[in-house]
Amino acid sequence: MSILVVADHDNNSIKASTLVAVAAAQAMGGDIEVLVAGAGCGAAGQAAAGIAGVSKVLVADNAAYEHRLAENLGALVAELGANYSHIVSSTSTSGKNFMPRVAALLDVAQISDISGVVSEDTFERPIYAGNAIATVQSTDAIKVITVRGTAFDPVAAEGGSAAVEAVDVVKDSGLSTWVKDEIVKLDRPELTAASVIISGGRGMQNGENFAMLESVADKLGAAVGASRAAVDAGYAPNDMQVGQTGKIVAPDLYIAVGISGAIQHLAGMKDSKVIVAINKDEDAPIFQVADYGLVADLFKAVPELDALLG
Amino acid sequence: MKVLVTAKRVVDYNVSIRVLADNSGVDLNNVKMSVNPFDEIGIEEAVRLKEAGIATEVVVASVGTSACQEQIRTALALGADRGILVETDEDMQPLAIAKVLKAVIDKEAPQIIITGKQAIDGDNGQTGQMLAALAGLPQATFASKVEVEGDSATVTREIDGGLETITVKLPAIITTDLRLNEPRYASLPNIMKAKKKPIDVMTPADLGVDVAPRVKTLKVTPPAARQAGIKVESVEELVDKLKNEAKVIS
Ligand SMILES: Cc1cc2nc3c(=O)[nH]c(=O)nc-3n(C[C@H](O)[C@H](O)[C@H](O)COP(=O)(O)OP(=O)(O)OC[C@H]3O[C@@H](n4cnc5c(N)ncnc54)[C@H](O)[C@@H]3O)c2cc1C
Ligand SMILES: Nc1ncnc2c1ncn2[C@@H]1O[C@H](COP(=O)(O)O)[C@@H](O)[C@H]1O
Repeated sequence: MSILVVADHDNNSIKASTLVAVAAAQAMGGDIEVLVAGAGCGAAGQAAAGIAGVSKVLVADNAAYEHRLAENLGALVAELGANYSHIVSSTSTSGKNFMPRVAALLDVAQISDISGVVSEDTFERPIYAGNAIATVQSTDAIKVITVRGTAFDPVAAEGGSAAVEAVDVVKDSGLSTWVKDEIVKLDRPELTAASVIISGGRGMQNGENFAMLESVADKLGAAVGASRAAVDAGYAPNDMQVGQTGKIVAPDLYIAVGISGAIQHLAGMKDSKVIVAINKDEDAPIFQVADYGLVADLFKAVPELDALLG
Repeated sequence: MKVLVTAKRVVDYNVSIRVLADNSGVDLNNVKMSVNPFDEIGIEEAVRLKEAGIATEVVVASVGTSACQEQIRTALALGADRGILVETDEDMQPLAIAKVLKAVIDKEAPQIIITGKQAIDGDNGQTGQMLAALAGLPQATFASKVEVEGDSATVTREIDGGLETITVKLPAIITTDLRLNEPRYASLPNIMKAKKKPIDVMTPADLGVDVAPRVKTLKVTPPAARQAGIKVESVEELVDKLKNEAKVIS
């Protein structure tokens, strides 16, 4: 058994989601190799070599992989991956984009967003917005798997000393071209990396009011999230959406402010260790999952909270 | 140009589902079924392309039991021109569905194929990308904006960190994200008109596709329940509990 983990990286460093994918791969058992595909990604390749438990790093450094276009990356991973028993990546927007192509090119199923490993061919995964957990068994020779970022403890980024090998397979479909990125500049931790998150919903009323949450976030070293309603209304960028179809988070502390607690939102945060809800409607479903519920007007409660945190 | 849009029949997003006592699956008896919300967004986008004079025909395809006719009729009432039902009682998994849809696009030769980014029942998020790979076509997933010009489409995509814009050559697969548009409601006259629009029915065998499942569901269980929490009376009490009871802030 040998497992190919396809890394999420920014050419210079490896993203934490990859450390989670490696952890899931370890639970499957077998030799773990990591593929770093990018352009000018030598430093990320070196970083991958340091990940605990990795035996080899493959580096595909070519302009064709610069923007992780799914056609190129999918073809590369399908070709290299044909020799492995498992191909694993994280449930990032990149993993979600190219991995199903890999599976289709290899004529195997994909098992999406696993939350548990039962054995080398059997996995747990949430379905119906996390309202049920399916235990599924793959009958394919190659298992193509994406891994939920909150479901496994990341392996150590350091301590390994894997060999690094260059791969000179170039797949350039010419079918798609990158035009631009508009990346939200963050002065705070990323949602998926934060140990505290404060999220706002429609109750925030507008984008300016998110400054109240930001102030609290800065005192707690927290990330700021949002419900779909808040994103749709333009109060917050899409990147901040927590939920079934947004980001899945599980921080130590999640504070939901002016969020009703629709199942689609709960799907993204109900595995948080401690949940706080501030909502003026005492019947809001968010209170059913909150460890500490405060029935109050957020425009009074949040400034108070901010002041108490000093 | 022709646009093909897919519509999956799924449990309505407002239903809170129940796991069956024998752990064989979720209870689908007497549960409201709807068009997958991301597919409603896809249908809306296709209809807008037609209204903008870019698309000349909108074809809607669904794969599943004969009950999927309902979801096809919904799409027809929203403005699609005709429907295709690939009828089967098999447990259809994304790879098999993608193969069926590949056979459909081989027959129909659409320039743009729009699927949802994710079906909200299985939460797989695979079919559109698999279809693109099988058909050797480019893909623009998680679209929040689509601009078609000549033989290409420029698509803004919702990605971790923000937005990305790419251009894909047509024909291409586009998968919808929540912010692409706000779907309209079907008007009564359009619901009546939809009844007369044609639906072609075929089977996977007619299309020469092997749909054998590759993944076995061994069991389905409810998620771990959260312990009931408490209501606090004041912000002071909240901060005190977080510091001294939960110990999650210092
Ligand atoms: C396909 C699909 C996917 C979806 N994916 C997601 C997803 O990933 N994430 C997500 O979040 N949603 C998602 N949704 C949307 C979800 O169903 C809800 O519509 C959404 O979560 C509601 O957001 P909200 O709680 O902010 O707004 P609302 O439901 O409108 O709730 C606002 C809350 O604010 C409270 N409030 C108002 N004013 C105040 C005040 N002054 N003080 C205190 N409280 C106040 C109200 O009592 C209310 O409870 C999805 C829906 C669909 C159909
Ligand atoms: N049985 C089906 N019939 C029609 N379209 C489907 C079907 N299954 C999946 N799709 C399409 O593929 C998208 C993604 O589904 P999934 O890969 O199951 O998450 C859906 O939003 C639909 O557009």
